[in-house]
Amino acid sequence: MGNLNNNVKSKITTKYKSQIALLIMAISIFGLFMLTSPEVFLKGRIYQAFLSTVPIMGFMALGLTFVLAMGEIDLSFPSVMALSGYIFVLVFETTQNIVLAFIISLLSGAVVGFINGTLVTIIGIPSIVATLGMQFLIRGFSNIISRGLAKRVPLDSTFSYKIFAEKLWVIPVQSLWFLGLAVFFYFLLMRHKFGEQALFIGDNQEAARMMGVNVNRMKTMVFILMAVVAAFAGIISCYRMRTWWPTMGEGYLMMVMAAVFVGGTSMFGGDANIEGTFIGAFIIGSLEAGIVAAGLSGFWTQFVCGILIIVSVIIHTLAKRRKGS
Amino acid sequence: MEKLLEMKNIYKSFDGVVALRGIDFEVGYNEVVGLLGDNGAGKSTLIKIISGVHSFDQGEMYIKGTKIDPKKYSVKVAHSLGVETVYQEKALAEKQTLWRNIFIGRQITNKLGFINIKKEKEETNKIMRVSIGFRGIGADADSTIRTLSGGEREGVAISRAMYFEADLVILDEPTMALSLQEVNKVLKFIQDIKERGKSCIYISHNIANIYPVSDRFVVIDRGKIVGTYLRKDISLHELSEELIRHTEQGKPVSQGEREL
Repeated sequence: MGNLNNNVKSKITTKYKSQIALLIMAISIFGLFMLTSPEVFLKGRIYQAFLSTVPIMGFMALGLTFVLAMGEIDLSFPSVMALSGYIFVLVFETTQNIVLAFIISLLSGAVVGFINGTLVTIIGIPSIVATLGMQFLIRGFSNIISRGLAKRVPLDSTFSYKIFAEKLWVIPVQSLWFLGLAVFFYFLLMRHKFGEQALFIGDNQEAARMMGVNVNRMKTMVFILMAVVAAFAGIISCYRMRTWWPTMGEGYLMMVMAAVFVGGTSMFGGDANIEGTFIGAFIIGSLEAGIVAAGLSGFWTQFVCGILIIVSVIIHTLAKRRKGS
Repeated sequence: MEKLLEMKNIYKSFDGVVALRGIDFEVGYNEVVGLLGDNGAGKSTLIKIISGVHSFDQGEMYIKGTKIDPKKYSVKVAHSLGVETVYQEKALAEKQTLWRNIFIGRQITNKLGFINIKKEKEETNKIMRVSIGFRGIGADADSTIRTLSGGEREGVAISRAMYFEADLVILDEPTMALSLQEVNKVLKFIQDIKERGKSCIYISHNIANIYPVSDRFVVIDRGKIVGTYLRKDISLHELSEELIRHTEQGKPVSQGEREL
């Protein structure tokens, strides 16, 4: 019995070991920034900037966390961001109907997700290959239909601009969307049938199938979810800049993956950490500004980012190993 | 007389490889049937068809007199008809908790699909305590499967089947990789099934273990049923001889070729 109590106690501390380590890491990074460039990091403005830029990559990081929980990967989301962003701007321009633009843009994301899911489940192509192909295909397609030209769009003339691009008091609304979506994804993954089935597929696909989980349908739905949040990220990007540009989303692939892995979600599936992704997005998303503000060249960003990924993944791996024994 | 399960002339192939060629198989109410045969004989395919994991290509299947449409049949339908399968630890997800493993595919949820975690944990703890005496293993609802031993995992898989009150319990190699004590628990479980008036199909290589709790043995070889024996008509020794005879009969040509 004593053994049992001990077991329970140690489980609670080990359960949150990764999260605690991550929080310490985030605090020390921002502490370091404050020390090296107090004139920037002790004022509110830089944080306002983070709160409006980080969420865009954060949305996709949340989606990718779900995909990884299921043991798959998606490389196509940066292109989806561009395509769906373009469709959003195009529909708005032609119809002046913001709701319609939203719906059609998100639907275009869903269609890409459906194609990804079908390639992976019905055809049986590994997701890394299928979505790599789709990443090029979608980027090319959005360049063809937009002729590679950027588009200005007067979104600030609509009421929705307040909801998707302005500030609520001093807080940029994007960050509230990010927080809301993170909470929603947490419940969807950890408390909902949908998330549980995704975790089982990532853990042991055969077991999931034998216990009555419709594996193909689940996978397709998760790819759709990923692509829809990427479309949403594209829309929010258009709001923020009041412009659509053809290279939208480029550079996000590695950043988003870095945020997810720093957050403690594993590549092996069956295990995911939404809270970690939330913190990881802010860590990765604020590095460049912090390093440049400290007076170092931009080259240092990649170097520091690399160190962070390696160190945090080592910490998560060790924490999990102890949990298992 | 209506049977619990009736299969007539069932065919199944995978990518052109024929696994089952015209299987006639049945299980009566309150009957324990042992499915015997070599590796690759088609035993696993047969039980996966019964439990809804695979569909069949040809033939007819009835459960409790209801004709099964292979296109609509699934694990969920099988569960609703009272067919429950224990695939030992193969059907457990290692990184997930016990309570998630017990209720996967049949979660206790509200209307929006959110899981009632408290209830699932309570039920899981109840299952662990009361069910079939796999108690005191130092595990609770929140333990992950990978912290359990092989026997404990088997216990979880069996408890899951018990909890959902099946009319037909299918056991895939229930005694493999178990200690003697654990084997006895599994045999006790099969006896319980019989005493409660339910039915059971099991696959086992170790017929000596399983012989006493069975009513009937069905021998399958290369996708066909090659023998059916009632336990009251055959001794364990005779059954072993029969099995050896069937496996040798199945292979004379290939062995002969190899010798040449």
